[in-house]
Amino acid sequence: MSLGMVFAILGAALATALAGIGSAWGVGIAGQAAAGVVSEDPDQFAKVLLLQLLPGTQGIYGLLVTFITLSRIGVLGGTAITDTHTGLMYLFACLPIAIVGLVSAYHQGRTSVSCIGLVAKKPDQFGKAMLFPAMVETYAILSLLVSILAITNI
Amino acid sequence: MAIVRMQKLSICANKKNRKAILEFLQSLGAVEIFTDAIDDEDLRRKDTQAARSSFERSADSFDKVLKLLNTYAPGEKQGMSLFAGKDPIKREDYDRVVSNIRSYLDDSTQILRDEKELTECSGLIQKDKNQIESLRPWMELGIPMSMSGTKETAVLIGSLPENCTADQLYAAAAKDLPEPVSLSADILSASNEMTCVCVVCLKRDSAKVEENLRSIGFARPSQMTDSVPRDAVKELEDDIAGQEARIETLKKQIASYAPKREDYKIAADYFRSRAEKYRVLGMLPQSERAFFLEGWVSADMADRVSKILTDQYGAYVEMADTREGETEPTILKNNRFSQAAEGVLASYGLPQHGHVDPTFIMSIFYVFFFGMMLSDAGYGLVMTIACAVILIKCPRMAAGTKKMIQLFFFCGLSTTFWGLMYGGFFGDAIDVIAKTFFGYKGDGVVKALWFEPLEDPMRLLIWCMLFGVIHLFVGLGIKGYEYLKAGDVVGFVSDIVSWYAFLMGLILMLVPSDLFSSIAGQQFNLPAIVGPISKGLAIGGLVIILLMSGRGRKNWALRIALGAYDIYGVTGWLSDVLSYSRLLALGLATGVIGNVINMMASMFGGGVVGAILFIVIFVLGHTLNIGINALGAYVHTNRLQYVEFFGKFYEAGGRPFTPFQNANKYVEIKEER
Repeated sequence: MSLGMVFAILGAALATALAGIGSAWGVGIAGQAAAGVVSEDPDQFAKVLLLQLLPGTQGIYGLLVTFITLSRIGVLGGTAITDTHTGLMYLFACLPIAIVGLVSAYHQGRTSVSCIGLVAKKPDQFGKAMLFPAMVETYAILSLLVSILAITNI
Repeated sequence: MAIVRMQKLSICANKKNRKAILEFLQSLGAVEIFTDAIDDEDLRRKDTQAARSSFERSADSFDKVLKLLNTYAPGEKQGMSLFAGKDPIKREDYDRVVSNIRSYLDDSTQILRDEKELTECSGLIQKDKNQIESLRPWMELGIPMSMSGTKETAVLIGSLPENCTADQLYAAAAKDLPEPVSLSADILSASNEMTCVCVVCLKRDSAKVEENLRSIGFARPSQMTDSVPRDAVKELEDDIAGQEARIETLKKQIASYAPKREDYKIAADYFRSRAEKYRVLGMLPQSERAFFLEGWVSADMADRVSKILTDQYGAYVEMADTREGETEPTILKNNRFSQAAEGVLASYGLPQHGHVDPTFIMSIFYVFFFGMMLSDAGYGLVMTIACAVILIKCPRMAAGTKKMIQLFFFCGLSTTFWGLMYGGFFGDAIDVIAKTFFGYKGDGVVKALWFEPLEDPMRLLIWCMLFGVIHLFVGLGIKGYEYLKAGDVVGFVSDIVSWYAFLMGLILMLVPSDLFSSIAGQQFNLPAIVGPISKGLAIGGLVIILLMSGRGRKNWALRIALGAYDIYGVTGWLSDVLSYSRLLALGLATGVIGNVINMMASMFGGGVVGAILFIVIFVLGHTLNIGINALGAYVHTNRLQYVEFFGKFYEAGGRPFTPFQNANKYVEIKEER
């Protein structure tokens, strides 16, 4: 196995691992807030659950990038990498979603916590409450796109 | 695609018809009453606060009763209850309950009293249990705990803070006692935290023995009973059994009211509606003989309502004009497809009168974009069928929920459409099944009608941005329409046409450029004439924006500066268009995760075991994927509408219509015709 392969798999692993850490973090803190609200007002369960899940998508984006990478470098399909250059390229292509996924999921989780508080006070403002965490996610989506475009064009 | 026109009614009527008129308006449920504007020092408002809160209390007590019945006599199936809506009841049932309302109130008092007793019983049980727990170390004691001694002897019962053996205890207690020592020291129970002891000695020695014991930490028990601990525990246990039996009886007693559940629902709603009526009654300005009120009603009902009020109730009704500072409430009216999206608009904010209701246009884009993001034919079918089943099974759903489900029904159809375009059916399920279980070898069985996003993401990205540009231009167009409707042609040209020209020019300049063709991977050759036209458009638009954006200002320097600042807004357009790349990203996410699930499911190969494992993983995995991606699609479709689309033209701020009506929570009277 070439060094390039090692780099490529490192990149693939980082995408799922870092973005997954971020999502676990974000969903975790949002879940604590959600549980607090439900203990007071069980009717808000569905709404706060949706808000809790919002930071969970980064982990999925990470998985997505990992899968696309693995299916091109000869692990799940495609052809194995022989040179170090290509492997490094895959590694760097994976970094946007890995890093932005981690940070944005954490901050999206914190925004979700605040919005869960908002829904607890004003349940009818759910539409707006959902929007604030979604704003944070935009940047995870942009980095996902860059990662995908980079990988598919290597 | 419209906001319903509203008419204001001014009503004045004889006081003796007050009850009848209010009841008519309440059952009609189509008039929003307000009386703030009527002010005259001869008019009085009746204080109904006391009556109103008494009705609210009654309604609350029936709510509690219903909750208790659900706990102790669960009879209603839950499952679909989220969508079940209000129970339909007959008019005669309603009248029967209302005429016997006293007895129902008595029932509710009795049930709540039972519940209170039930809580007390549970409290007593807990107290008994605590007491038993504290008696447990003393169980070995055969005499009452409060016993102090006999004629000749003294008994010292108490605890030591540490573990201690009988010998140690004896030695400690017998210290410095005069010979012969007559003392018995027993350990009742011992643990590391506490040793319970019983020491018997002669009365004359008791002071000395107690002193000895105290020096090693002896303390009398905090809880004394006058009986032998074993008997005391027995008594407490009997008491617990008694209380438990009582609780069972009380539970049965409460549950025995279960057959009247429906009637209690009616009673709860009856009191709630009366409270609402008294709220309005308290608002009404009244003179000695007459009362006044004003109300908003939709214009097409105004004539009918005023005719009924005049003919049947002898009221004087006037079609009044809107006063300064009054805002009409907003009711939306849309076709069957678009009204499903009214909830989406309402959660952003309702439109004001005199502005455009964007529901129709938004609903088309909403369904279109949602489909693009979820984009899997299988998921789309699941969604469509699930929504259809709910819509058929629960026809009496609350209006808001029903609209939401209808919206998802349409979104499901759109998802199916995009799934076929992208060639996704539960990811690549058909290909995987064909290869794993039927030994199919060859190219994909399922072909995308359009193309597979993962094959050529750049191409789809450009399409997404194109859809985005169309969406945004439509939004700008709506703003232009509002300018024209207000007769502001100058505004239309300088704020709308200029931007169209500027942006179109920029796009036409960009498309044939090398930069764009290298991104898109193909060269777009436009006719030569387009070049000068695009430059003309861009420069023309630019000049108009520069000169006209700040047209409200007299100072030309400031006006140009404002124009220049507005041109900077083109970066906002760029980020808005880029935002539509989420259509691609979320579409890819659904497809690729679906493929991952299929791959994991097929890892166990063909055969029976493989097939069973395949089904399990397939069902679990795709359920999860539908859930998380439908959520993502929902959130981000909303975002595209709220931020990008509405940002171009929409100002919310309309006031929702809150008619005076029966405040029913559980039941709905079905009039028989």
